[in-house]
Amino acid sequence: MIRSLLSGDLPRSRVLALLLVVILICLAFAPFLFPGVRTVDTAARICIFIVLVASYDLLLGYGGIVSFAHTMFFGMGAYGVALTSTHMGRGFDALAIGSISGAALAAVLALLIGLFSLRVRAIFFAMITLAVASAVAVLVSQLSGLTGGEDGLTFKTPRELGPAFKFGKETFDGTLFGVKLNGKLLTYYLIFGGSALLFLALLRVVNSPFGRVLQAIRENDFRAEAIGYRVVYYRVTATCLSAAIAALSGSLYAIWLRYVGPDTTLSMTIMIDILLMVVIGGMGTIYGAVIGATLFVLAQNYLQNLMGVLSSMTEGLPLLPELLSPDRWLLWLGVLFILSVYFFPSGVVGRLRGQR
Amino acid sequence: MTTAPEHSPTMARSSVADRLAPCAPLMLVPVLAIAGLIAVQNPASWLTLTVSGLAMGMMIFLMASGLTLVFGLMDVINFGHGAFVSVGAFIGISVLLTLGHLTNAPSLGLNLLAILVAVLAAMAATAVMGWAFERVIVKPVYGNHLSQILVTMGGLIIAEQLIIVLWGPEEIYFTRPEALKGALTFGDAAIEKYRLVTVGVGLAVFAAMRFVLRRTKIGLIVRAGVQNGEMVAALGYRLRLVFIGVFIAGSALAGLGGVMWGLYQEVITAHMGNQAMILIFIVVIIGGLGSVEGCFIGALLVGLLQNYVAFVEPKLALVSNIALMVAILMWRPMGMIPVVKAK
Repeated sequence: MIRSLLSGDLPRSRVLALLLVVILICLAFAPFLFPGVRTVDTAARICIFIVLVASYDLLLGYGGIVSFAHTMFFGMGAYGVALTSTHMGRGFDALAIGSISGAALAAVLALLIGLFSLRVRAIFFAMITLAVASAVAVLVSQLSGLTGGEDGLTFKTPRELGPAFKFGKETFDGTLFGVKLNGKLLTYYLIFGGSALLFLALLRVVNSPFGRVLQAIRENDFRAEAIGYRVVYYRVTATCLSAAIAALSGSLYAIWLRYVGPDTTLSMTIMIDILLMVVIGGMGTIYGAVIGATLFVLAQNYLQNLMGVLSSMTEGLPLLPELLSPDRWLLWLGVLFILSVYFFPSGVVGRLRGQR
Repeated sequence: MTTAPEHSPTMARSSVADRLAPCAPLMLVPVLAIAGLIAVQNPASWLTLTVSGLAMGMMIFLMASGLTLVFGLMDVINFGHGAFVSVGAFIGISVLLTLGHLTNAPSLGLNLLAILVAVLAAMAATAVMGWAFERVIVKPVYGNHLSQILVTMGGLIIAEQLIIVLWGPEEIYFTRPEALKGALTFGDAAIEKYRLVTVGVGLAVFAAMRFVLRRTKIGLIVRAGVQNGEMVAALGYRLRLVFIGVFIAGSALAGLGGVMWGLYQEVITAHMGNQAMILIFIVVIIGGLGSVEGCFIGALLVGLLQNYVAFVEPKLALVSNIALMVAILMWRPMGMIPVVKAK
């Protein structure tokens, strides 16, 4: 049963399997294990980023295509939900329509970009997506009438998903294991369930014949073409799929935050974060997304505090405090990034599987 | 017995369209300028816009030329090229700020001397940085596009953050040297003096590059390397050495472009190189990866279009460049002047 749920792609390493189970349990029972606003928020972010990173892995790890527009697709889903919720009023229909139209729009745009660039050279895709993504980001902050500009949009999700909605008064007295049963909890499980579904769907895609052909193209596109596969067709399809799933994860993010803005969904920093998560977790292994996203989000939330401590400890020394200040977090990530591309191109998952 | 069909060769003139096709990209610049005149309607503002468009195009060309040659020669795509632009700007402007007595003097000669010193310092620094970048970051990943993109992107992040560590996170505002402030007026048209300097520098660099590439032996080797690197290597030239030279020269040019760009904007930030990369990529793609002439024409097109559109409909400026790229890729999928690769 588990085998068919995971599409026959088992972790193939005891340590990895253990890690995955621990992460799954932590995420599934996060509101009960770690009650607290910040920890539950972290858990929800991890869920969403796992899907986002996994969809990027479909492109980068399986397709061998580098895209810098993944946050653009992510943002499209988020803005889709935000716009329908503001204009149609709060309701589940608005959420559904927003998510679906955002995903559809992302897929169409990915199709267009893919057709333009991938038919010439896969490397064009990286450059064109970089240009298009930054143009879209500028456009979003300029069209403030529609998108709220730099301030973004705050909107209302259905009442059942708000913290004011209480349930289970009669049977459980309103609490379960000391956790209040309210809309926030429901939202968390909506995010968790949605992410889990999308993740399993991605696992299904990469282990299908389609995924196998993608890997063949990544290894040797010339040969794949010679065998008779239309390389462009497969690459463009992968791009569209990955864009649509990224948009759906964006919708989940918007539902969780009840806010969208250029900084939370479209910025280049998030793009770099995604790249890092894929590389650290392991390219070409969907499970790498789980490990990468979890490690990264945890590090982002808690390691920066450590850097602050280190920075204040080294005060008085020349240059070191600035190098260690929490704002320079990206510097160390960049170093880590380069080192991991050189020395662990298969990431954590590749390492663990290699040991076996 | 039927006679053999007549197939003696006939002398046919190639049609006008066929003969014009190779220079079609060249024609695009004047065509765009005329289209701009029609769109803008007012000749005085058109002149102002055209000069600033050309100035912008020249700066983009300076920054992009190194990237396109590096790609053509060694098939290396350097996403960290923007780091050289930022570093060049920061070093150049810092030098310029220390030369206050030269820049504040109202003499054009002294001001240009100050800029020259700043540019030389920036170019020297970015050349050294380019060498280090090639050694440390690019060298281990030859022949693997995916790793190249990832690793050079990492290099860009590190360079940006180091700039912030050394110069602080705030943007640095400054004013241009005394004699380059203000504008010259022709009738109703006002042309900023600095833009004329930029156009002059850009043309000079383009002419020098063309001379080196077309008339010298090293240029011959570079061009041959872009066409068919393996053959050049087989003939006994150390292509790697040539490549490192081109990489260093390209980085230095990006540094020069960074100083000019910084002086143009009168503000420098650590992210300016990354922002410039967007235009640089568009230019490199529409020019045809590996072609210096294509890069030059592409840069002029982008500069002009950006200025015209920004005047007519400001919000569409960046989108217009993407539209230009899409149009040109539909016309010529490999860019305007595609480099014929034997591999």
